[in-house]
Amino acid sequence: MLITLEFSGGAEMLFDNKKSHEVNLPDTEKWTIGSLLLWIRDNLLRDKPELFLQDDTIRPGILVLINDADWELYGQSEYVVEAKDKISFISTLHGG
Amino acid sequence: MNSHEKLSYINEIEKLKKELKDKNDLINQLNNSLNGDEKLPKVQSLDYSLNKEAISNLNNENILRYSRQLILPEIGVKGQLRLSNTSVLIVGAGGLGCPSAIYLAAAGIGTIGVVDYDEIELSNLHRQILHTESRTGLKKSASVAASCSNLNSSVKCIPYHTVLSSKNALELINQYDIIVDATDNVATRYLLNDAAVLCQKPLVSGSALKFEGQLTVYNYQNGPCFRCLFPKPPPPETVTNCSDGGVLGVVPGIIGSLQALEVIKIAIGLPDTFKQRLLLFDGLAGSFRNIGLRPRQKNCAVCGDDPSIKELIDYEQFCGAKADDKGKNLTILEQSQRISAKEFSEILKSKEKHLLIDVRSPVELEICDLGECLNIPIGSIEKEDQLKCIENTIKDNNINKVFVVCRKGNDSQIAVKFFQEKLTSLGICFQDIRGGLYAWQKSVDQSLPLY
Ligand SMILES: [Zn+2]
Repeated sequence: MLITLEFSGGAEMLFDNKKSHEVNLPDTEKWTIGSLLLWIRDNLLRDKPELFLQDDTIRPGILVLINDADWELYGQSEYVVEAKDKISFISTLHGG
Repeated sequence: MNSHEKLSYINEIEKLKKELKDKNDLINQLNNSLNGDEKLPKVQSLDYSLNKEAISNLNNENILRYSRQLILPEIGVKGQLRLSNTSVLIVGAGGLGCPSAIYLAAAGIGTIGVVDYDEIELSNLHRQILHTESRTGLKKSASVAASCSNLNSSVKCIPYHTVLSSKNALELINQYDIIVDATDNVATRYLLNDAAVLCQKPLVSGSALKFEGQLTVYNYQNGPCFRCLFPKPPPPETVTNCSDGGVLGVVPGIIGSLQALEVIKIAIGLPDTFKQRLLLFDGLAGSFRNIGLRPRQKNCAVCGDDPSIKELIDYEQFCGAKADDKGKNLTILEQSQRISAKEFSEILKSKEKHLLIDVRSPVELEICDLGECLNIPIGSIEKEDQLKCIENTIKDNNINKVFVVCRKGNDSQIAVKFFQEKLTSLGICFQDIRGGLYAWQKSVDQSLPLY
């Protein structure tokens, strides 16, 4: 299943400074955001997983978006990922 | 002329150059106090209370001044009067605060309060565009107030030269109608959010870093607050400030201008604000994205149905970070693992065999360096091939002393600690140059550029 992952606001620094990643998830299981997070940790994340995940969920300060909407509106980690979904991870900025 | 004479001339020239530089610095300083301070308005104490006399009609001069926005049906005379009866508190007189303040002044907002504890530095001017060269060293809040008054003398501009804190925030915010978060650090953002919720004021929040910006309106018309989105603060090590991460001036310029627009819409009562929405601006990609956010959270600690936060708390403790964007000074290493810039300059002079590792990024290395070095950016010290590279260099050149340098002396300590652990088998002593290039500039070579 093909989906798009996006990282911005500094979160891309954990992923070779690449903001957009097309990934192909194995069709062996039903994917939720929860299981996707672990897949990202094991397959995409280079180093310092604690800067992305804490206690197997997203660390404080990163907002997760499902097709440009807050994941809170879709049941957070329970959301079942569909083909062509765009899942974004936005680190909040604090500079000014 | 013999070589001895030559040397004494060179020394004399150097001495004169230094004297000239000192005198020039003095001239600049005197110029600043002459041109700057007198023109800037006096900063206000916090107990200053706003006198809000309602303005009920526009005079001819105002009609002409605002004519191009007055004829917009969404604004009209009614809207313009609302603007002139609105007071806005801008917290942060920097990259976001400058553009939002000046557009609000231009649009005829009644009162603009500006809070900032900081003084103007040369490295601010590329983005904090209301400050000027002649005002370096002066108070940012007063500088913004002066620029706004110059543009529109009918706007009341009140500078507060102070750190916004849990002690003074409520008193200050209570006096204003709309709050603009133009700050630069996490602790102050939580403080402002909670204070805005407790005082029931809308909070127009902006932020910018590198080429990216974000914009949201919090705590407005039953929408979410900052804590609804981020109940827990980010780990301090994940937060980057403008000084370390860099920022292109026009990016906070765009976000700050949008903050002014949101303030105007809220003041007039126009619909479709950024309440419960987030704008993501990416200057490199040239994209603006509009994100739908969650509604107000019933279990939010401050704006929820049963809030646990009923008064302001200690935000530096809550965030584990200082309420400014100045870098911290780490002390990780023992004294024996560090040398001073002066001591390192002696080593360079004596030509003693050593390896210098510079852990800054390649772009920073292009700005200045301390001579021959191995460049291993702090972000990649953990990579296998980089460690291998150090190991090979040490072995190939029979080196037994390794020094690590960075800009300010924090990253170099992290790197020394890491190298010492990973490369114990080499039996080498790793040391960092205390205070980095800043210390070098101060105690060894004043001509080194600082950034
Ligand atoms: Zn809330």
